[in-house]
Amino acid sequence: MAIIVNKAVKISQKHLLGIQDLSISDVKYILSEAKQFINLNRSKNKKLDILRGKTQINLFFEPSTRTQSSFELAGKRLGADVMSMNITNSAIKKGETLIDTAMTLNAMHPDIIVVRHQDSGACNLLSQKVNCAVLNAGDGRREHPTQALLDALTIIDRKEKIEGLKIAICGDILHSRVARSNIYLLNMLGAELNIIAPTNLMPNNIEKFGVNTFSDMKKGLKGCDIVMMLRLQKERMTSSFLSSNREYYEYYGLTPNKLEHAKEDALIMHPGPMNRGIEIDTNLADDINISVIKEQVELGVAVRMACLKIFCE
Amino acid sequence: MKKKYFLNANILDPHNSIEEIGGLIISEDGKIEAVGKKVNKNNIPSREKFFDLKEKHIFPGIVDMRVFVGEPGFEYKENFKTLSNAALAGGVTSAVTMPNTIPVIDNVSIVDFLKRRGRDKAKINIFPTASLTKNIEGTNMTEFGLLQKKGIIGFTDGIKTIQNTRLMSRIMKSAYDLNCLIMQHAEDYELAKNGMVNDGIISTKLGLQGISELAEKIIIERDLTLLDEFNCRYHISQLSSAKSVDLIEKRKNEVSFSCGVSINNLSLNENDIGDFRTFLKLSPPLRKEEDRLILVKGINKDLIDVIVSDHKPEDEEQKRLTFSQAATGASGIETLLPLALELFHNDSLKLNKIIKALTSNPAKILKINKGNLSVGNDADFCIVDIYKPWIVKKETLISKSKNTSIEDKKLQGKVTNTFVKGEELFKI
Repeated sequence: MAIIVNKAVKISQKHLLGIQDLSISDVKYILSEAKQFINLNRSKNKKLDILRGKTQINLFFEPSTRTQSSFELAGKRLGADVMSMNITNSAIKKGETLIDTAMTLNAMHPDIIVVRHQDSGACNLLSQKVNCAVLNAGDGRREHPTQALLDALTIIDRKEKIEGLKIAICGDILHSRVARSNIYLLNMLGAELNIIAPTNLMPNNIEKFGVNTFSDMKKGLKGCDIVMMLRLQKERMTSSFLSSNREYYEYYGLTPNKLEHAKEDALIMHPGPMNRGIEIDTNLADDINISVIKEQVELGVAVRMACLKIFCE
Repeated sequence: MKKKYFLNANILDPHNSIEEIGGLIISEDGKIEAVGKKVNKNNIPSREKFFDLKEKHIFPGIVDMRVFVGEPGFEYKENFKTLSNAALAGGVTSAVTMPNTIPVIDNVSIVDFLKRRGRDKAKINIFPTASLTKNIEGTNMTEFGLLQKKGIIGFTDGIKTIQNTRLMSRIMKSAYDLNCLIMQHAEDYELAKNGMVNDGIISTKLGLQGISELAEKIIIERDLTLLDEFNCRYHISQLSSAKSVDLIEKRKNEVSFSCGVSINNLSLNENDIGDFRTFLKLSPPLRKEEDRLILVKGINKDLIDVIVSDHKPEDEEQKRLTFSQAATGASGIETLLPLALELFHNDSLKLNKIIKALTSNPAKILKINKGNLSVGNDADFCIVDIYKPWIVKKETLISKSKNTSIEDKKLQGKVTNTFVKGEELFKI
């Protein structure tokens, strides 16, 4: 299949560290490139050679299934040489600092480094020390730009637009990089955002990002076209944020009953991995008529291919 | 030592209410012999050489109440010699050192070592503090009485806070009996847990755990409640928020205490952290611009008594990390005065207020005869060209650690000469 190469359009950034740094034309450029890869990924021969001879290093300091495999597949489908570092066996376990690891990898002349780290801002630090492009695959609770881009692509694929849609983001906003990136991106693309969370999981001053906030889920879901559920990030919770899972499910779990408050044709999204029965009813999650969770994963590969292609140039 | 004569200087000594053009005579034994407008050419024997300062300023040597020195344990960050040189370049002639060393300054024998090192290596006056609790663990009190007899100026856990209310009440009772100065770093640990920056829009944007201003207010509120019952000499090391200043204003007339502010909190705000600048990871954290303005007002209304550098040298390795892994604190003793002068140049504070908060006020709290130009006293002072422009550059800083919070900042005002006991120990 033919991929149109549009040399005239350029990205404004050297690295993809967060949606915050991107302009609206950057975003539209990435999304339009990604669209071209959707059909390629559905076809029989999925291999291209756009990135032949390029080296991609995946540096994941935090466990990840979908993001890491998605980036790995994306690189391979574009013909890059992909290396995934296994942190548990590496020098980082021996006390090497992030900067030293970055310098070491940099000496091997990679063209792109994909990094996930438990600390906010880790990718910014890394990007200052290497010569190649850095793609952020999630840093602490700050940003997860490719997730937001794939969410936007999924919404556009189903609803044909984002502008004017009412989108609810619900759950553990405080610890969520997905929420932050989505707030920046969907706001930029003209959606109206309802952020729903118990006050304990609502970040300070989030309303200054131009969103509506709700601690009552039913009110927050009213009239929404999209309901984006987030995972309860137990591993980032240092002290008692919630009394119990069952109480959380009672008030903030997405059930058919609560979904009725949203629009009739509302779609459900979730970045995964899901805690079934805690933040989302298991049948709802699997209902192919309203849940686009699997499509998010599918389009994730296309978005990451687009990002790799654009930032490798 | 020969007698020294300075003429035509802008002399500012808040302790003696001197603010006039005049001269200064230093005696052969390094004491102040005469000061003020009455000192002029006629007082000087005709053959003696004198220095015409051309209306440059003379301030009493600065008394910095919160200084971390790496000795013992962290000599690679800063030792007494490098600290002295950095201090002199900033006009600081007296420093109160924090006990957060390895080993901790918590017993009589280590004080002997410290005083010996201070005497042999430091060129400025060192006033060491000891910890409030053994090994800064927040459980058992140190020997306030014996330590004070050995020359300890006050007691603080430095970067740590006494969390246990019962212990705090007992510390106050002991301090009352022994007339000791207690200095508290006010932060509730549970509220501030894992926090790195002010809890607000910046913490949300950067995805960093925030420290609520309530963490500071709650400890101050608790301590002032205790102080009401067990009145001792009590000082809050650093205020950082408008909420704390409001509280101080409400209680200042009811209980007797003093408080300080770091020059960082007085001059910078949370936006300066920018793109994860670890040199601005401070404790207490930089807060909103509104908080900064209220802190400045606090100095103006005499609610806040002293300005400190909170000089905390950290080597580059401890700062070249992700924000959450990086060490807390900034080096700042040599930029304390120039940065404070910015508040004069931008009309936030009167020069007299600034110098008072840097000299006579801390000396009064510490009960030391420093920070003034009284006749008969040690001639500790600095000569300052308060209009001289310069740019802060890491490479030109004298401190062993270069972790300045104001890299590349354009400042106006530089110390040109610093004297301790009449001896010129720094000259530009």
